Amino acid sequence: MQDDSKSVSPDQTISPPSVLGKGLTFASVTDKISTIALTRRTPIWWFVGAGISFSLAMLLFYTIGYLVLTGIGIWGNNIPVGWAWDIINFVWWIGIGHAGTLISAILLLLRQKWRTSINRFAEAMTLFAVASAGLFPLLHTGRPWLAYWMFPVPNTMGLWPQFRSPLIWDVFAISTYASISALFWFVGLIPDLATLRDKSKNQAAKIIYGMLAMGWRGSARHWHRYETTTLLLAGLATPLVISVHTIVSFDFAVGIVPGWHATIFPPYFVAGAIYAGFAMVLLLGIPLRKLYGLEDFITMRHLRNMSKIMLATGLIVAYGYMMETFTAWYSANTFEEFMIKNRFFGPYAPQYWTLIFCNVLAPQLLWIKRFRQSIAAIFVVSLIVSVGMWLERFIIIVVSLHRDFLPSSWGMYQQTKWDWSMFLGTIGLFLSLMFLFVRFLPMISIFEIRGILPQAEVKEGAE
Amino acid sequence: MKQASPIYGLMAEFDDPTKIVAAARRAHEAGYRKLDAYSPFPIEELWEAIDFRKSKLPLIVLIGGIVGCIGGFALCSWVSATAYPMNVGGRPLYSWPAFIPITFECTILVAGFAAVFGMLALNGLPEPYHPVFNVPGFDQATRNRFFLCIESRDPKFDLKATREFLEGLDAVQVNDVEF
Repeated sequence: MQDDSKSVSPDQTISPPSVLGKGLTFASVTDKISTIALTRRTPIWWFVGAGISFSLAMLLFYTIGYLVLTGIGIWGNNIPVGWAWDIINFVWWIGIGHAGTLISAILLLLRQKWRTSINRFAEAMTLFAVASAGLFPLLHTGRPWLAYWMFPVPNTMGLWPQFRSPLIWDVFAISTYASISALFWFVGLIPDLATLRDKSKNQAAKIIYGMLAMGWRGSARHWHRYETTTLLLAGLATPLVISVHTIVSFDFAVGIVPGWHATIFPPYFVAGAIYAGFAMVLLLGIPLRKLYGLEDFITMRHLRNMSKIMLATGLIVAYGYMMETFTAWYSANTFEEFMIKNRFFGPYAPQYWTLIFCNVLAPQLLWIKRFRQSIAAIFVVSLIVSVGMWLERFIIIVVSLHRDFLPSSWGMYQQTKWDWSMFLGTIGLFLSLMFLFVRFLPMISIFEIRGILPQAEVKEGAE
Repeated sequence: MKQASPIYGLMAEFDDPTKIVAAARRAHEAGYRKLDAYSPFPIEELWEAIDFRKSKLPLIVLIGGIVGCIGGFALCSWVSATAYPMNVGGRPLYSWPAFIPITFECTILVAGFAAVFGMLALNGLPEPYHPVFNVPGFDQATRNRFFLCIESRDPKFDLKATREFLEGLDAVQVNDVEF
């Protein structure tokens, strides 16, 4: 691998190459990013994109309405495949969210300055992905208005949750993750909201941004506590993000179904989540930088670094697939062996081999420098990886469930149009929120970019 | 006891991070203590220059974490063993290893809330009105300008002498901060 992704250590005497474009100043950075939200005319493609996304979101609300009135029988779920697209989509969306936290928390702790350009929209992506994810288990309960039963709320029935169940762990993990991600994102926005307040000419915008900025004035004392908070939140979010996908993997690994009951699940799920998440960050970042002319902020180096992370996590995922197969053979367990044979040659073999192509073979292109430097190649690989990670959950969930221990209880699974409308609908919801976000909020953290400009450095001998 | 000053303080404006750090150091060395600096991004040297190094925040977060940890574990134990005991194949009611994931999540949740709301509370935010916003050009404090304010409640504050001192600091301009 190239050495251009080496960590930028603060005590290096020779200053590392800048991760940003040349000739930027505090003022130009501020103006360039804030005008997108404040004064620039909303481009026509924004209306087209937001319109399509919003229509898909309407499809979601229509599906939810029909689902609540009719019941989850409108989905393809059956016995034995009791979990299907709903849980696949849930895990897929949650996984996508993880890259945002990785960028904002783990790369912050590792002092990777290049994260600054992408952390804001990656965190927004996390929030919107978690919102989309949360809908699926909620609606899968069949009676979403009783979902509060999953929380420890004292009630007249004297009923309490079963705290030994991974599904309840999941409720706590996802709700903690959503809360902490929202806080982290909002805290990061406060100084930039103050910039928007100070720069906006429109009275209504000034009041709204002003209320959200809560009177931030950039005091040195405030900054000190602010930086402490960011660091502590990063320290808290790092184990959190790992715990969340670990607990998601427990939903399966604690069960006894062959194909689920595997100790490799937690690390393999966490790596898969980051893999899918970086693919999504690239899928969003590449059009954004192009359409808004942000090439000075999201540079080729960012795209290269992210494709390297994708390659690395993709290899971990490939190792996971290999170990699943190896364990099935090494365990000498008939059911485990059958599970793997069924994946390789069973009725869902085409999906399995597509998964291997998408997640194991296609990303290997990124070893070659020429592909890492081609935006089109990175975009296509990210798209393939996103499909692959969806298929991975399909293989784990549907293929494991459709043939378990007793041949008498075997079955097949077929999705319905409502499965499709629900899935496409959440993509619509996610993109709608994303469109609103890039229109009304600074999609790149302005104050953090100011802080990594060369002129932000306080020179020696400031007496 | 000094008479209440008619103004909040004096504000000097700078256009460079090195200059504001130098000015803040000089002001602190000159004996001013009720002063604050304003910058569009965090500058570590700046809060060190005005000798603001300690914060109660880590302690607040630690307490939050401990409360969340004990609270989460107590909730799981009490519910599973006392409030709603469920006999599942004769397994123990107080099955503590199964409570660890939720204990962990509660620890992070409460610590995270303590960090954010602790920071806001210590910073006195939300604070919609503050005298420094009256200074002309202060809206650039969130863009590319740096400010140093010596407040009138400082015992060394003297309208004339302090203004002269600030003007000698390579400032772009010095303004009164009105209440």
